[in-house]
Amino acid sequence: MDLPIKWLKEYVDLDCDINTFMDTMTMAGQKVEGLADNVCNRAKAIDRVVVGKIEKIEKHPDADKLVVCQVNVGKEENIQIVTGAPNVFEGAYVPVALDGSTLANDVKIKKGKLRGVVSMGMMCSVEELGFTTHDFPDAPENGIYIFSGEPELGADVKEIMELTDDVIEFEITNNRPDCYSILGLAREAAAAFDKPFKYPEITVKAEAEGQSSDFVSVEIKNPELCPRYIGRVVKNVKVESSPLWLRHRLTSAGVRPINNIVDITNYVMLEMGQPMHAFDIDTIDDARIIIRNAEDGEQFTTLDGQKRVLDSSMLVISDPNKAVAIAGVMGGENSKVSPDAGAILFESANFNGPNIRITAKKLGMRTDASAKYEKGLDPNTAYDAVNRAVQLVELLGCGEVVPGMVDCYPNKRESWEVPYSAESINKLIGFNLSDKEMIDIFKRIEVEADGKTAKIPTFRPDLEAEADLAEEIARFYGYDKIETTLAAGTPTCGKKSRSQLIEDKIAETMVAAGFSEAMTFSFENPKVFDKLSIDEDSPLRKTVRITNPLGEDFSIMRTQTVNAMLNSLSTNYNRRNGSCYLFETGRVYIPEETPLKKLPEEIPMLTIGMYGKDCDFYFLKGVVEELTDVLGFKSKSYYLPKSDIPYMHPGRLAEVFVKNESIGYLGEVHPLTLKNYSIGTKACIAVINMAKLIEYATFEHTFKPLPKYPAVERDIAMLVDDEVTVKEIEDIIKSKGGKYLDSVKLFDVYKGMQIEKGKKSVAYSIKFRASDRTLTDEETAKPLNKIFKELKDKLGAEPRDK
Amino acid sequence: MRDKLLEVREKALKNLSDVSDLNQLDDIRIRLLGKKGELTSLMKGMGKLSKEERPAMGQLANEVRTAIEKEMEKSKTRLEQQALAYKLKKEKIDVTMPGKASRIGHRHPMNIVIEDIKNIFIGMGYEIAEGPEVEDAYYNFTALNIPPGHTARDEQDTFYVDGEGDLLLRTQTSPIQVRVMENKKPPIRIIAPGRVYRSDEVDATHSPIFHQLEGLVIDKGITMGDLKGALEVFAKQLFGEDTKVRFRPHHFPFTEPSAEMDATCFGCGGKGCRICKDSGWIEMLGCGMVHPKVLEMSGIDSSVYSGFAFGMGLERVAMQRYGINDLRLLFENDAKFLKQF
Repeated sequence: MDLPIKWLKEYVDLDCDINTFMDTMTMAGQKVEGLADNVCNRAKAIDRVVVGKIEKIEKHPDADKLVVCQVNVGKEENIQIVTGAPNVFEGAYVPVALDGSTLANDVKIKKGKLRGVVSMGMMCSVEELGFTTHDFPDAPENGIYIFSGEPELGADVKEIMELTDDVIEFEITNNRPDCYSILGLAREAAAAFDKPFKYPEITVKAEAEGQSSDFVSVEIKNPELCPRYIGRVVKNVKVESSPLWLRHRLTSAGVRPINNIVDITNYVMLEMGQPMHAFDIDTIDDARIIIRNAEDGEQFTTLDGQKRVLDSSMLVISDPNKAVAIAGVMGGENSKVSPDAGAILFESANFNGPNIRITAKKLGMRTDASAKYEKGLDPNTAYDAVNRAVQLVELLGCGEVVPGMVDCYPNKRESWEVPYSAESINKLIGFNLSDKEMIDIFKRIEVEADGKTAKIPTFRPDLEAEADLAEEIARFYGYDKIETTLAAGTPTCGKKSRSQLIEDKIAETMVAAGFSEAMTFSFENPKVFDKLSIDEDSPLRKTVRITNPLGEDFSIMRTQTVNAMLNSLSTNYNRRNGSCYLFETGRVYIPEETPLKKLPEEIPMLTIGMYGKDCDFYFLKGVVEELTDVLGFKSKSYYLPKSDIPYMHPGRLAEVFVKNESIGYLGEVHPLTLKNYSIGTKACIAVINMAKLIEYATFEHTFKPLPKYPAVERDIAMLVDDEVTVKEIEDIIKSKGGKYLDSVKLFDVYKGMQIEKGKKSVAYSIKFRASDRTLTDEETAKPLNKIFKELKDKLGAEPRDK
Repeated sequence: MRDKLLEVREKALKNLSDVSDLNQLDDIRIRLLGKKGELTSLMKGMGKLSKEERPAMGQLANEVRTAIEKEMEKSKTRLEQQALAYKLKKEKIDVTMPGKASRIGHRHPMNIVIEDIKNIFIGMGYEIAEGPEVEDAYYNFTALNIPPGHTARDEQDTFYVDGEGDLLLRTQTSPIQVRVMENKKPPIRIIAPGRVYRSDEVDATHSPIFHQLEGLVIDKGITMGDLKGALEVFAKQLFGEDTKVRFRPHHFPFTEPSAEMDATCFGCGGKGCRICKDSGWIEMLGCGMVHPKVLEMSGIDSSVYSGFAFGMGLERVAMQRYGINDLRLLFENDAKFLKQF
């Protein structure tokens, strides 16, 4: 909302400077965004541009398209200016940029020569001044701006063009529709500065014959969507351009002057916040206004010439045969006021805010009127607004106002009472104001209060309950004056939950292992499943679907985190980052059914990805093992080969288990997948369910005494089929190792020379230890024999001499 | 005999003073004290001496031997020191060559900020709450006093999801408030950081996915003064002790009274600059006293309890702190970016 200060000052006496005004308004709750992007504020840069009168025009001696003008700028001697503008004439009053002047767009003008003839400045078009013909519709499209009348020569054009105002942009919160008007902000300013608020005097002579009701009738079919409709008739209308003061006023508020009738409706909308519309009465069949819902599929051409298709949720202003306006949004081409209109009908109505908002949104046409209506206006304003409009008609002498109005107002909005107590307001805010102090503040905002109840004016629908009154008291008392305290009440212990602490531990461990934390989007394109070669019937393809996505790329909630990780690796690879080590803790969204019957499960996943130096399966496995160690369940976890994840290398993929439950997988990315993601090198990823990590994590460690007696170490080597996994061997060693088995460590796997094809040699170092003595050879030989026997029976292992 | 002993001693001491490496020293030791060494041979010849001569010669021989041994020890120490000094000298390296990097990773700047904020509030007695990102409109809107049809529902550019009822991607972290109030009895002191979603096209300052932090305190006798106090402490902890804050009236459907908190501009310290549009202030967060309707809807008796809530965007804090000028960098995961934090 742009507020021209001069206009504001009609309703409240302000004697402070502009900065104090802006600060005080901001701190009282009407936040100033700054100076509006507005003609007046842009004009501030204009310097040394004055009114001049062209006294004489002669041809340029050396240029056909130029003329040499002698211009009177209020000085003793005329100045000579050369121009190419076609619309200049002797006697014209024009803006003259003198030597050394500055225009609104900061362009500097200096004297010079044009084709050898001295020019002491420049005569300006509105564009050259830094504006557009939108700002000054009376200006010619291509040519020097010509002043109407005979303004004082040498006067600053900013004064003459009424551009010396400050226009302040306010951010109005959507609970205060009353503040989308000059009067509303004036009321707030009066309260903030504790000055009287001067409501305009509205008087109408209405000297025409008859009554408005003789000319029109109004019928509201849907009072819920149209609580009030007022029509008032003006006869013998003269449609012409508005007087300068009115044009300037609209321009200063950023509204383009059109003609007197349109300008009056805009003036009232700016001043009072009440949108108005004018119909040509002759276009309304039977002079019957009917406010009804549109028919589904009803077609209607709005004032802007666009054909609109309506539906039955929308409200139209209609006559018995056709719609003449979309209520609260825009009028129709069929009923617009033409220059030769005889009589017009001013509409000042009230419509249901949410309905107008939805209509405007459906039609894609948010107008100044709909933007005001959608916030929910006070139907009582409509009365003053229509009178204000006809008062202006009389002031401008552009029509004969017919006495009376047709006011259809089925359910009058009355003011209401809100009970309150000073004590509970004091308790909520944390200050201590007396009844009287509060009553005084209420008075400033036109709320009548007596210490128990507050009577609320109908333009403040936001004041419903005591808490709302507390805010009014607090903001005019001053939020900054409320004493700062530290929350009393029951002390609480600040802490992270167990799972949050484990999440921290996981991130810490990954960082210590050399991985940097990534962050990716949680929605993606359904095509990623094909990119990852995921089966058509995979449950991963069952996703939470966004019904109004920003595009296909962001249309489903992810059910896997691999795509995002591969994209991040790809970004790095293609930006020539030699190596990359990333991890992400982020959620996947798993629906039970689609479309959703209940909220999906959101599972936090740890995703690790890497390429470059050190990138191989075993490095990544080491990282995962270390993580399980930090989380205290390494001994309970194991890894089994897996080959059925389509985007992973089938021979270099392991499923991670804890206590027989799969918690994730790790391995090398499938070469075809790498190609799909434009990664030109080997990459490894691990995906682990964080919820499971959290479930199995334990930080309860029990100290075991350090060994007093040395371990007996035995190395064994065997020949097994290549297919046999070391896990199978280790499981046997552990199960047959007996009670003294201390540790099992793989130290060699060998294939090749001297080894039969299809076989491999596997060697372990096995330690036995007792806590109370040094073990004898015999004591270790027994479990070793058992181990060898089992290895041979189960895996066909042949012992190998070293 | 005496002369020979003295001669051996003199020669030995001289040789020892000249000796220049440990091998030579060893040679000398063998030559003098070895099984066939000069002194050993002389001492073996002691038996041939007369009874009278033997004690004196024996004593002299021992003296000579001790002297030589002592000198040998000295030379050995000297040579070892020399050898060590030489070795150390030879081992000299160019310490200006680069170190071998231990590859350590980095937390994401967004999460560093979140972690800092968590720690500040934990210090003030808050717990960390969480909630679902795919939400029911009841929690995201209705229970926050934003009934169906309310303009705030449009303004937040909500993503809806395909399902029964009114399901959406949460547009704010505020629904976590409601879930906490439904499940926990006062006193409540929580913050809830998390992802939120709004239909904004991706550009340097917008993202359809971003992070917010919600805070909620509910207890008996909580005042707006307490709200100011808690947030002022927070701002000073996060942005520095010199930070000043101001509270301006504002409007949110779920708080009443409502406020926005500005902090002194990080760019100019409050003097006014391009970043703060010459105001000296940067808008930090929205806050207010929890609306009695919101308390009641979540089953908290508003005649007994009061409370305050606040919410803020977090990307901007990270961007301001680190001088990051493009929001998209936060989601690209370029290693060159991530390693800077």
